[in-house]
Amino acid sequence: MTERPEAPRVSAIRPYVITRGRSESEGEPLSWESLVMTAETAFPAALQPEHLAILEHCEGLISVGEVAAHLGQPPSVTQVLLSDLLRWGLIVTRPPIPPAERTDVTMLRKVLHGLESCL
Amino acid sequence: MVSKAASETLTEAAPPPAADGKYLDSNVSGAAKILVVGPLGVGKTTLIGTVSEIRPLSTEASMTRAGARVDPYAGDSGKKTTTVGLDFGRLTIDGDLVLYLFGTPGQQRFLPAWQDLAKGSLGALALVDARDLTASFDALGNLEDLDLPFAVAVNVFPTGPRYDADDVRTALDLLPDTPLVICDARDRASSIRALIALARHLIDLATESS
Repeated sequence: MTERPEAPRVSAIRPYVITRGRSESEGEPLSWESLVMTAETAFPAALQPEHLAILEHCEGLISVGEVAAHLGQPPSVTQVLLSDLLRWGLIVTRPPIPPAERTDVTMLRKVLHGLESCL
Repeated sequence: MVSKAASETLTEAAPPPAADGKYLDSNVSGAAKILVVGPLGVGKTTLIGTVSEIRPLSTEASMTRAGARVDPYAGDSGKKTTTVGLDFGRLTIDGDLVLYLFGTPGQQRFLPAWQDLAKGSLGALALVDARDLTASFDALGNLEDLDLPFAVAVNVFPTGPRYDADDVRTALDLLPDTPLVICDARDRASSIRALIALARHLIDLATESS
Protein backbone atom coordinates (compact mmCIF):
# COMPACT_ATOMS: atom_id res chain seq x y z
CA MET A 1 0.00 0.00 0.00
CA THR A 2 1.25 3.42 -0.87
CA GLU A 3 2.63 5.49 1.96
CA ARG A 4 1.00 8.81 2.44
CA PRO A 5 3.56 10.79 4.37
CA GLU A 6 1.61 14.01 4.18
CA ALA A 7 -1.09 12.63 6.47
CA PRO A 8 0.66 10.28 8.85
CA ARG A 9 -1.57 10.95 11.85
CA VAL A 10 -4.94 10.39 10.28
CA SER A 11 -6.02 6.97 11.43
CA ALA A 12 -9.09 5.20 12.70
CA ILE A 13 -8.04 5.85 16.26
CA ARG A 14 -7.45 9.48 16.93
CA PRO A 15 -5.90 9.84 20.33
CA TYR A 16 -6.71 13.44 21.02
CA VAL A 17 -7.69 12.65 24.53
CA ILE A 18 -5.92 15.55 26.10
CA THR A 19 -2.33 14.60 26.80
CA ARG A 20 -1.35 12.47 23.83
CA GLY A 21 -3.50 14.28 21.33
CA ARG A 22 -2.77 16.50 18.44
CA SER A 23 -1.43 19.76 19.59
CA GLU A 24 -2.48 21.79 16.62
CA SER A 25 -5.69 22.31 14.75
CA GLU A 26 -5.86 21.54 11.08
CA GLY A 27 -5.97 24.83 9.32
CA GLU A 28 -6.06 28.14 11.11
CA PRO A 29 -6.75 27.56 14.81
CA LEU A 30 -9.76 29.24 16.30
CA SER A 31 -8.81 32.03 18.62
CA TRP A 32 -10.01 32.12 22.21
CA GLU A 33 -12.56 34.80 21.47
CA SER A 34 -13.92 33.15 18.32
CA LEU A 35 -17.66 32.70 18.68
CA VAL A 36 -19.11 29.29 17.98
CA MET A 37 -22.52 27.67 18.00
CA THR A 38 -23.89 24.27 17.03
CA ALA A 39 -25.13 24.01 13.48
CA GLU A 40 -28.74 23.11 12.87
CA THR A 41 -27.99 19.56 11.86
CA ALA A 42 -28.44 16.28 13.63
CA PHE A 43 -25.29 14.84 15.20
CA PRO A 44 -23.89 11.57 13.95
CA ALA A 45 -24.40 8.86 16.54
CA ALA A 46 -20.76 7.86 16.59
CA LEU A 47 -19.26 11.07 17.93
CA GLN A 48 -16.58 10.91 20.61
CA PRO A 49 -17.80 11.85 24.09
CA GLU A 50 -15.48 14.86 24.10
CA HIS A 51 -17.04 16.16 20.91
CA LEU A 52 -20.53 15.58 22.26
CA ALA A 53 -19.64 17.42 25.45
CA ILE A 54 -18.54 20.41 23.40
CA LEU A 55 -21.73 20.39 21.34
CA GLU A 56 -23.73 20.46 24.56
CA HIS A 57 -21.95 23.64 25.58
CA CYS A 58 -22.48 25.30 22.21
CA GLU A 59 -26.26 25.36 22.10
CA GLY A 60 -26.06 29.13 22.03
CA LEU A 61 -23.46 31.58 20.86
CA ILE A 62 -20.35 31.24 23.01
CA SER A 63 -16.61 31.84 22.77
CA VAL A 64 -13.93 29.17 22.45
CA GLY A 65 -12.45 30.25 25.79
CA GLU A 66 -15.78 29.83 27.55
CA VAL A 67 -16.31 26.40 26.03
CA ALA A 68 -12.87 25.39 27.31
CA ALA A 69 -13.65 26.69 30.80
CA HIS A 70 -17.02 24.92 30.93
CA LEU A 71 -15.41 21.70 29.75
CA GLY A 72 -12.53 22.02 32.18
CA GLN A 73 -10.07 21.41 29.39
CA PRO A 74 -7.23 23.58 28.19
CA PRO A 75 -8.18 25.82 25.28
CA SER A 76 -5.53 24.15 23.13
CA VAL A 77 -7.40 20.83 23.38
CA THR A 78 -10.74 22.53 22.89
CA GLN A 79 -9.45 24.33 19.82
CA VAL A 80 -8.48 21.04 18.20
CA LEU A 81 -11.81 19.38 18.95
CA LEU A 82 -13.75 22.43 17.82
CA SER A 83 -11.87 22.55 14.54
CA ASP A 84 -12.94 18.93 13.97
CA LEU A 85 -16.56 19.87 14.58
CA LEU A 86 -16.22 22.87 12.32
CA ARG A 87 -14.80 20.72 9.55
CA TRP A 88 -17.63 18.25 9.95
CA GLY A 89 -20.18 21.03 9.71
CA LEU A 90 -21.51 20.46 13.23
CA ILE A 91 -20.68 23.91 14.48
CA VAL A 92 -20.65 27.30 12.84
CA THR A 93 -18.35 30.12 13.78
CA ARG A 94 -18.49 33.86 13.75
CA PRO A 95 -14.99 35.02 13.12
CA PRO A 96 -13.47 37.42 15.64
CA ILE A 97 -12.10 40.73 14.57
CA PRO A 98 -8.89 39.83 12.78
CA PRO A 99 -5.59 41.32 13.96
CA ALA A 100 -5.31 43.34 10.77
CA GLU A 101 -8.22 45.39 12.00
CA ARG A 102 -6.61 46.29 15.28
CA THR A 103 -6.37 49.83 14.06
CA ASP A 104 -9.94 49.89 12.79
CA VAL A 105 -10.96 53.18 14.35
CA THR A 106 -14.66 52.60 13.80
CA MET A 107 -14.54 49.46 15.89
CA LEU A 108 -12.39 51.08 18.59
CA ARG A 109 -14.87 53.95 18.82
CA LYS A 110 -17.61 51.39 19.19
CA VAL A 111 -15.71 49.84 22.08
CA LEU A 112 -15.21 53.27 23.64
CA HIS A 113 -18.86 54.27 23.33
CA GLY A 114 -19.94 50.89 24.60
CA LEU A 115 -17.74 51.25 27.66
CA GLU A 116 -18.91 54.80 28.28
CA SER A 117 -22.50 53.63 28.22
CA CYS A 118 -21.63 51.12 30.96
CA LEU A 119 -20.93 53.94 33.39
CA MET B 1 -27.22 12.66 8.74
CA VAL B 2 -30.84 12.78 9.81
CA SER B 3 -33.09 14.56 7.36
CA LYS B 4 -34.29 18.08 7.96
CA ALA B 5 -37.84 16.73 8.27
CA ALA B 6 -36.99 15.22 11.62
CA SER B 7 -36.21 18.56 13.16
CA GLU B 8 -39.24 20.18 11.53
CA THR B 9 -41.54 17.88 13.42
CA LEU B 10 -40.54 19.70 16.59
CA THR B 11 -43.21 22.12 17.66
CA GLU B 12 -42.31 25.61 16.48
CA ALA B 13 -38.76 26.79 16.43
CA ALA B 14 -37.06 26.18 19.73
CA PRO B 15 -36.49 29.45 21.59
CA PRO B 16 -32.86 30.47 21.83
CA PRO B 17 -31.42 28.87 24.93
CA ALA B 18 -31.09 31.43 27.68
CA ALA B 19 -29.33 29.23 30.26
CA ASP B 20 -28.96 32.09 32.74
CA GLY B 21 -26.55 34.17 30.73
CA LYS B 22 -24.21 31.41 29.66
CA TYR B 23 -24.78 32.24 26.01
CA LEU B 24 -24.39 35.49 24.19
CA ASP B 25 -27.28 37.37 22.71
CA SER B 26 -27.86 36.15 19.17
CA ASN B 27 -27.42 39.74 17.92
CA VAL B 28 -23.74 39.61 18.81
CA SER B 29 -21.80 39.64 15.58
CA GLY B 30 -18.23 40.11 16.70
CA ALA B 31 -15.80 39.70 19.53
CA ALA B 32 -12.81 41.67 20.65
CA LYS B 33 -10.37 41.01 23.43
CA ILE B 34 -8.31 43.01 25.83
CA LEU B 35 -5.63 41.56 28.07
CA VAL B 36 -5.43 42.47 31.73
CA VAL B 37 -1.85 41.91 32.77
CA GLY B 38 0.10 42.23 35.94
CA PRO B 39 1.86 40.31 38.68
CA LEU B 40 0.21 37.80 40.96
CA GLY B 41 -2.15 39.40 43.46
CA VAL B 42 -2.35 42.77 41.76
CA GLY B 43 -6.11 42.50 41.29
CA LYS B 44 -6.53 41.22 37.74
CA THR B 45 -9.24 38.74 38.65
CA THR B 46 -10.93 41.30 40.87
CA LEU B 47 -11.10 43.82 38.04
CA ILE B 48 -12.31 41.24 35.55
CA GLY B 49 -14.99 40.07 37.98
CA THR B 50 -16.08 43.63 38.65
CA VAL B 51 -16.57 44.38 34.97
CA SER B 52 -17.72 41.00 33.66
CA GLU B 53 -21.37 40.18 33.00
CA ILE B 54 -20.65 36.54 33.78
CA ARG B 55 -18.90 35.07 36.77
CA PRO B 56 -15.26 35.02 35.70
CA LEU B 57 -14.26 31.75 34.16
CA SER B 58 -10.99 30.05 34.68
CA THR B 59 -9.03 28.02 32.23
CA GLU B 60 -5.46 27.19 31.60
CA ALA B 61 -3.14 27.88 28.75
CA SER B 62 -0.51 25.35 28.05
CA MET B 63 3.01 26.48 27.53
CA THR B 64 4.62 24.52 24.81
CA ARG B 65 8.25 23.62 24.29
CA ALA B 66 8.93 27.18 23.32
CA GLY B 67 8.08 28.02 26.91
CA ALA B 68 10.28 25.30 28.34
CA ARG B 69 13.36 27.20 27.31
CA VAL B 70 12.55 30.09 29.56
CA ASP B 71 10.71 28.17 32.22
CA PRO B 72 13.22 26.94 34.77
CA TYR B 73 10.76 24.39 36.11
CA ALA B 74 9.95 22.72 32.83
CA GLY B 75 13.33 21.11 32.31
CA ASP B 76 13.43 19.10 35.51
CA SER B 77 10.94 16.33 34.95
CA GLY B 78 11.08 16.00 31.21
CA LYS B 79 7.71 17.69 31.11
CA LYS B 80 7.03 19.03 27.65
CA THR B 81 4.36 21.43 28.67
CA THR B 82 3.31 23.27 31.74
CA THR B 83 0.16 25.22 32.30
CA VAL B 84 -0.74 28.60 33.57
CA GLY B 85 -4.10 29.56 34.97
CA LEU B 86 -6.06 32.28 33.22
CA ASP B 87 -9.18 34.04 34.38
CA PHE B 88 -11.44 35.80 31.97
CA GLY B 89 -14.73 37.60 31.78
CA ARG B 90 -16.92 39.17 29.17
CA LEU B 91 -18.91 42.30 28.58
CA THR B 92 -21.46 42.74 25.81
CA ILE B 93 -21.30 46.32 24.61
CA ASP B 94 -23.50 48.19 22.18
CA GLY B 95 -25.68 45.10 21.80
CA ASP B 96 -23.71 43.38 19.07
CA LEU B 97 -20.09 43.42 20.16
CA VAL B 98 -18.67 41.35 22.96
CA LEU B 99 -15.49 42.27 24.76
CA TYR B 100 -13.45 39.55 26.43
CA LEU B 101 -11.05 40.41 29.21
CA PHE B 102 -8.27 37.90 29.75
CA GLY B 103 -6.18 38.07 32.90
CA THR B 104 -2.62 37.05 32.15
CA PRO B 105 0.20 36.59 34.62
CA GLY B 106 3.06 38.95 34.07
CA GLN B 107 6.15 36.90 34.76
CA GLN B 108 8.67 36.56 32.00
CA ARG B 109 8.41 32.79 31.97
CA PHE B 110 4.74 33.00 31.02
CA LEU B 111 5.48 35.01 27.90
CA PRO B 112 4.81 32.15 25.46
CA ALA B 113 1.36 31.70 26.94
CA TRP B 114 0.69 35.32 26.19
CA GLN B 115 1.67 35.33 22.60
CA ASP B 116 -1.31 33.30 21.49
CA LEU B 117 -3.62 35.53 23.48
CA ALA B 118 -1.98 38.76 22.44
CA LYS B 119 -2.58 37.88 18.82
CA GLY B 120 -5.64 39.79 17.72
CA SER B 121 -6.14 41.60 20.99
CA LEU B 122 -6.87 45.31 20.89
CA GLY B 123 -4.46 46.15 23.65
CA ALA B 124 -3.78 45.59 27.31
CA LEU B 125 -4.53 47.13 30.64
CA ALA B 126 -1.46 46.75 32.85
CA LEU B 127 -2.40 46.63 36.51
CA VAL B 128 0.18 47.94 38.91
CA ASP B 129 0.42 47.72 42.67
CA ALA B 130 1.99 50.96 43.83
CA ARG B 131 3.39 49.17 46.89
CA ASP B 132 5.51 46.96 44.67
CA LEU B 133 6.26 48.61 41.37
CA THR B 134 9.16 46.31 40.57
CA ALA B 135 6.77 43.34 40.39
CA SER B 136 5.22 44.96 37.32
CA PHE B 137 8.42 45.41 35.35
CA ASP B 138 8.19 42.01 33.66
CA ALA B 139 4.61 42.56 32.55
CA LEU B 140 5.39 45.99 31.13
CA GLY B 141 8.50 44.67 29.43
CA ASN B 142 6.51 41.84 27.85
CA LEU B 143 3.95 44.28 26.49
CA GLU B 144 6.71 46.35 24.96
CA ASP B 145 8.34 43.23 23.47
CA LEU B 146 5.03 42.15 21.96
CA ASP B 147 4.40 45.66 20.69
CA LEU B 148 0.98 45.57 22.27
CA PRO B 149 -0.43 49.00 23.10
CA PHE B 150 -1.38 49.43 26.74
CA ALA B 151 -2.59 51.73 29.47
CA VAL B 152 -1.44 51.48 33.07
CA ALA B 153 -3.91 51.33 35.94
CA VAL B 154 -2.56 51.72 39.46
CA ASN B 155 -4.81 49.58 41.62
CA VAL B 156 -5.39 51.32 44.92
CA PHE B 157 -5.19 49.08 47.94
CA PRO B 158 -6.76 50.30 51.17
CA THR B 159 -3.59 49.65 53.14
CA GLY B 160 -1.27 51.05 50.54
CA PRO B 161 0.28 54.45 50.61
CA ARG B 162 -1.03 57.04 48.19
CA TYR B 163 1.35 57.65 45.38
CA ASP B 164 1.44 60.60 43.10
CA ALA B 165 0.59 59.50 39.56
CA ASP B 166 3.56 61.39 38.17
CA ASP B 167 5.92 59.63 40.56
CA VAL B 168 4.59 56.25 39.48
CA ARG B 169 4.94 57.24 35.84
CA THR B 170 8.55 58.21 36.41
CA ALA B 171 9.31 55.07 38.40
CA LEU B 172 7.86 52.87 35.65
CA ASP B 173 9.63 54.86 32.95
CA LEU B 174 6.49 55.08 30.82
CA LEU B 175 6.35 56.77 27.47
CA PRO B 176 4.76 60.21 27.73
CA ASP B 177 1.66 59.19 25.79
CA THR B 178 1.00 55.98 27.75
CA PRO B 179 -2.08 56.65 29.87
CA LEU B 180 -1.81 56.13 33.60
CA VAL B 181 -4.93 56.04 35.73
CA ILE B 182 -5.54 55.36 39.39
CA CYS B 183 -8.28 52.79 39.85
CA ASP B 184 -10.04 50.63 42.38
CA ALA B 185 -10.48 47.19 40.88
CA ARG B 186 -13.38 46.50 43.25
CA ASP B 187 -15.35 49.40 41.85
CA ARG B 188 -17.12 48.87 38.56
CA ALA B 189 -17.17 52.48 37.38
CA SER B 190 -13.54 52.92 38.32
CA SER B 191 -12.53 49.77 36.44
CA ILE B 192 -14.60 50.75 33.39
CA ARG B 193 -12.89 54.16 33.42
CA ALA B 194 -9.52 52.44 33.29
CA LEU B 195 -10.69 50.51 30.22
CA ILE B 196 -12.00 53.75 28.71
CA ALA B 197 -8.55 55.30 29.14
CA LEU B 198 -7.14 52.34 27.22
CA ALA B 199 -9.78 52.61 24.47
CA ARG B 200 -9.07 56.33 24.03
CA HIS B 201 -5.35 55.60 23.81
CA LEU B 202 -5.97 52.92 21.17
CA ILE B 203 -8.05 55.36 19.13
CA ASP B 204 -5.29 57.96 19.37
CA LEU B 205 -2.72 55.44 18.17
CA ALA B 206 -4.97 54.29 15.33
CA THR B 207 -5.71 57.79 14.12
CA GLU B 208 -2.03 58.76 14.33
CA SER B 209 -0.94 55.83 12.25
CA SER B 210 -3.55 56.24 9.53
